[in-house]
Amino acid sequence: MRAVLFRLAGALPTLCGVVLVTFLLTRVLPGDTATYFAGPTASAESIAQIKASLGLDLPLYEQFWRYIIALVHGDLGMSLTTGQPVRMELLNRLPASAELTLCALFLAIGIAVPLGVLAAVRQGSWIDHLCRIVATAGVSLPVFFTGLLLIYVFYFLLGWLPAPLGRLDAFAMAPHAVTGFYLIDTLLGGDVETFRAAAAQIVLPAGTLALFALAPIARITRASMLAVLGSEFIRTARASGLSSGTVVLTYALRNALLPVVTVLGMVFSFLLGANVLVEKVFAWPGIGSYAVEALIASDYAPVQGFVLTMAVLYVLLNLGIDLLNRAIDPRARRGA
Amino acid sequence: MTDVLRVEDLSVAFHTRGGVVRALDRVGFAVEAGQTMALVGESGSGKSVTAYAIMGLLEAAGRITGGRAFLGDTDLVATPAAAMARIRGKRIAMIFQNPRAALNPIRGVGKQIADVLLRHGGATRSNAWDRAIDALRAVGIPDPSRRAKAYPFELSGGMCQRVMIAIAVAARPELLIADEPTTGLDVTTQAVVMDLIGEMARDTGMATILITHDLALAAERAGRIAVMHAGHMVEEADTASLLAGPRHPYTARLIAATPTAAGSLESLQSVPGGLPDLRSASIPHCRYAARCERSVPGCDAVLAMRPVADRHAVACWNPL
Repeated sequence: MRAVLFRLAGALPTLCGVVLVTFLLTRVLPGDTATYFAGPTASAESIAQIKASLGLDLPLYEQFWRYIIALVHGDLGMSLTTGQPVRMELLNRLPASAELTLCALFLAIGIAVPLGVLAAVRQGSWIDHLCRIVATAGVSLPVFFTGLLLIYVFYFLLGWLPAPLGRLDAFAMAPHAVTGFYLIDTLLGGDVETFRAAAAQIVLPAGTLALFALAPIARITRASMLAVLGSEFIRTARASGLSSGTVVLTYALRNALLPVVTVLGMVFSFLLGANVLVEKVFAWPGIGSYAVEALIASDYAPVQGFVLTMAVLYVLLNLGIDLLNRAIDPRARRGA
Repeated sequence: MTDVLRVEDLSVAFHTRGGVVRALDRVGFAVEAGQTMALVGESGSGKSVTAYAIMGLLEAAGRITGGRAFLGDTDLVATPAAAMARIRGKRIAMIFQNPRAALNPIRGVGKQIADVLLRHGGATRSNAWDRAIDALRAVGIPDPSRRAKAYPFELSGGMCQRVMIAIAVAARPELLIADEPTTGLDVTTQAVVMDLIGEMARDTGMATILITHDLALAAERAGRIAVMHAGHMVEEADTASLLAGPRHPYTARLIAATPTAAGSLESLQSVPGGLPDLRSASIPHCRYAARCERSVPGCDAVLAMRPVADRHAVACWNPL
């Protein structure tokens, strides 16, 4: 518990840095908010008027000071494009992104870890080659391409899955929000029909993301398993006649998972980035597509809010990875 | 005396990029029940490969190309892998050098012993833990119920080797192979570990193969010594007669190269030359001939172990 608090405190300077850098970055980006919103026919006076009303005519340190004060009060500002508070919109959209990313991650882990293990145990067999092909394809195909390809095959050609139009089709009712995850909320509400509909919608975008995440996980699992299988304690386990299941799963895999867990942290952050594209392709109402639209409109507040949210997520994620490592490795527990 | 293990004409080859390494060539020896036999020779002489071949633990590149190894009536060479896994740890066990690396770093030592007891020792889920603690107590680990929860990195090297021994003898095997069990331990711990292995062997009637490069250790602990050189068995005899009257020039050189408490360091002699390249197609029949000061023209004839005295065999055309 103390270790957790210690880690969180250690993340504070990082978050302060993120706040400062995103503030400055959004100001130096090309594009002028006031001009954009005043429209192409606006006069110089009306632009100046909008500038003044948004506080954009103030000196930079004054703007920053106002931003910090608002941030301390939990206010992330207003979006100019939608006229809604950024905090509310991010909180509304975050579950959509989180559900998509987590589904993709679990899907990727569920496929990549067994694949990597089998590739290592049966080195040189067809499954090892399959692992190599999947890994190569995963890194070389961009997500927007695999996304469109999957839509073309499974929606357009085969018609197995619904149109890629967001989390639910237009006729379904969104479930009562408990966690914000449709897959969980529908089951909590006992609404199997909507669960099916939500699952059908999430399969393709999650599959697209998972394909992208598969490659690094499968490769590190294979490499790490090979290293562990060659180590002395595995020889001991074999010399003790333990069954091959015990040797591979209890002895080798648990040791091999340590680097895999570390890589998962990196993969998750890649996924957060890839999310932006996938949300665009599948019209997924997440925070990634929200941030892209805001960025195009030079709408500062949502962009800053998005980056800050990502930074907080990343800190929490690293904390989770650390805790997971401690759970697996007794040596990490004693160190702190 | 009945033999626990009888190895006959065991040959092993490794397929490497550089060619086929004939690491073992027609190695034969026998271990009697309750006996400690030492397998000695310099690094690369094939001692460990012999042990791994018997255990069925050769790495993927290694193949047994001939011979048999009888554990009782079971030919281990002909036993399929799945059946071997049931024999390993139950009838024939092995301990290794560098005990800390030889234990699973993220599994408590008590659990690692319990794993073996569950697999071979007839333990049940409910009593495996208690029996693991008993096993730790039997190898002289103080406060065993607390130490059973410890991880290898929390124990000293000597403690880890005791845990290794506990794992190895958990299922009361007929034969224990100890591969350089004291390498990497400090001198006082070495004696304690060797005493413990001897004690365990006496208590359970288990035979021991002690693999070591240290002839002094072998002389002290083993009743019988087999000397290996470059994948060949060159001499096998009871310890006393081997030390008193070595017949193979290599054995004599090894004895001269072994420090004793009485002798001065100046009197030590290294064995001249190096091991022959085992990849070449034309390895001489006597793989020691190139290093041997006693080699004679007849040395290039086909060579095999032959008895020269009671319980004393040697593979040499011009023995001492």
